[in-house]
Amino acid sequence: MDQFHQQNPNITVKLISAPFQSLQQQTISQAATGTLPDVVGLDGAWVNPLYKQGALLNLSDAMKSANYDPKDLASQVGYSGSTYMIPVVNFVYPLFTNDAILAKAGISKPPTTWSEFEADAKKISQSGSAKGWVVPLSTANPNGVQNDILSWAWASGGSMLKNGQPNLTGNPDVTGAVNLVNDLIQAKAVLPGADGLQETAKVENFINGRVGMMIDSLAHITTITKGNPNLKFSVSAQPVKDGYTGKPGILTASWGIGISAKSKHAADAWKLVQFLMSQSVNSKLSTLANGFPGNSTSTPDFTGSDPHFKQAFAIYQKSTPVNEFVGLPAADQLMTDFLNEFQKVAAGQESTSTMLANVQAAWKQQF
Amino acid sequence: MTTSLSVRRHDQRQRASAPRHHHHALIQQLEPYLLISPTMLVIVGLMVVPIVIVIGYSLMDNVVTNPNPKFVGLANYTAILSEPGFWGAAVNTLFFTVGSVVVHMVIGMVFAMMLNSKSMARVPRAIFRAIYILPWIFTASVVAVLWRLLLDPSGVINYILISLGMVHEAVPWLATPSTALLAVTVINIWSGYPFFMISLLAGLQGVPSDLYEAARVDGAGFFRQFANVTLPALKPILYSMALLDLLWTTQQFTLIWATTGGGPLGMTEMLSTFTYKLAFNAYQFSMAATSAVLVLGASLIVAVFYVRNQRREA
Repeated sequence: MDQFHQQNPNITVKLISAPFQSLQQQTISQAATGTLPDVVGLDGAWVNPLYKQGALLNLSDAMKSANYDPKDLASQVGYSGSTYMIPVVNFVYPLFTNDAILAKAGISKPPTTWSEFEADAKKISQSGSAKGWVVPLSTANPNGVQNDILSWAWASGGSMLKNGQPNLTGNPDVTGAVNLVNDLIQAKAVLPGADGLQETAKVENFINGRVGMMIDSLAHITTITKGNPNLKFSVSAQPVKDGYTGKPGILTASWGIGISAKSKHAADAWKLVQFLMSQSVNSKLSTLANGFPGNSTSTPDFTGSDPHFKQAFAIYQKSTPVNEFVGLPAADQLMTDFLNEFQKVAAGQESTSTMLANVQAAWKQQF
Repeated sequence: MTTSLSVRRHDQRQRASAPRHHHHALIQQLEPYLLISPTMLVIVGLMVVPIVIVIGYSLMDNVVTNPNPKFVGLANYTAILSEPGFWGAAVNTLFFTVGSVVVHMVIGMVFAMMLNSKSMARVPRAIFRAIYILPWIFTASVVAVLWRLLLDPSGVINYILISLGMVHEAVPWLATPSTALLAVTVINIWSGYPFFMISLLAGLQGVPSDLYEAARVDGAGFFRQFANVTLPALKPILYSMALLDLLWTTQQFTLIWATTGGGPLGMTEMLSTFTYKLAFNAYQFSMAATSAVLVLGASLIVAVFYVRNQRREA
């Protein structure tokens, strides 16, 4: 911010921070009362309700007014042909594997296909006290749906949407992903109590050596290395469906940025957005956050960083960043609907096809 | 002449003092209102206005995310009352609340009587008081983290149960549909009993010892003394505490959210988590307001009993 203030002495930026747990509530409430900050940090899951509230400025118009060429922006989130959020930093979700646990189970390298992953998870669970995989499926934070179930479909080029509408029934990629996760639960190859676990449980259990594999955010590398400095682990691409030869997808969660529609300083606010998205600043930001830049010409600074970070960047560059929940209406509710039905499948109360039909019907009400 | 002059002066004095007297009387009349006005302002600002707004929201098609909400009357109430999820949450809330209140009362009473017992020396009594009150010191989030660790499949409770041969394999208590509601109720009981214990202990210390002596002289044993002396003496406290606990437990959110989030399979979904999800997962703020108004209505019934009891005691 000091650099921005030096470049723009007439603009003062006051940083407002809030605990992540209450950030969504605060942002929606501020939007309702017209008190959103001029520039606001956004999660892709909240863009839709904020857009519906009319709380976000049309950034396409702001770019035009500032004669800004958006060609360097890696992605934009918008509606009706206009942009309302720009992803600043992208956090990818590769496969983390515990080297010692895999070696103990006689596995020489991380799995690359679904069948290898399934076999490895079972081998790990049978070879010692650790479980093969951890899958958090608590409805308190339903993002296990995108991170740990549908990411399998996306990694193999699959999609849960068709022409912007839900496409779950009869979808072989989604069906395959649901069956893969359910098979591992039934085979007791995942950490018990999945229905009560949240995302943080993945890192805790991986650090403590209770699981051999997890799909997790690269942003947690620091937490892992600080939590267990002696842990030897690898990051690799999420395994793909057997026989899939296309470009793999990699789950990406973005921290984006938007401008309040009620901002009295929209032009100044845009200057800040432009500053954060500039090549050098975006490189620095992504390095600090252990994420990858939202500016396609920026590269993170790997100097002194964890070697896993560089490996993950190589995977990221070979893959297509994907998260189909970004910008969807009531994304959290869509994931909760999915999870409620998936829990029935895992409990043996429902078949996968019935589950997907029920989720499809619930989702259609939201779209 | 003199007389008429004096009469005129008296009249003038009367006329001059009348407004002053009237002014004084007005101030006297207004004084109580002025004194309670700060409290009234706070109550209106923090309670009446939000409640009226929430009731208003519940009569609209949707608010907050909808810039132009339309009045729909009681349509949201019809919709929510015909939703199985709402009734599921209501049944869970009833089990959780009634279970918590009853066991709070029993444990609170037992511990209070133990701490009030003359047969216990002063030092151990002080130590037990400190230990028994511990759960009440922790916030709901800390309680949730603590119990999540305890009830984890690799946690202490499963280790003990497996070691004792009581279960064959670790049970994910909070993630198993058949045990989750019981588990969160136990956690809530653990975190809430000290409030009963302390209040009942204060009540027990106020029971005259000659009543017990008289009962003993009449040949009453422990249970007769408890039924005929202790319980009647503590009845007003028990009644008030039970009503307050009913209100608080119905509104319990943090503990549920931080342990199960309402799952698995909605087995621990409470009206509080159901309402929260309507608001911040589905962004259906009008439906969330409707659910909140229904909970408010149920709470009001309990509150009426509480206020009537307080009046009777006064």
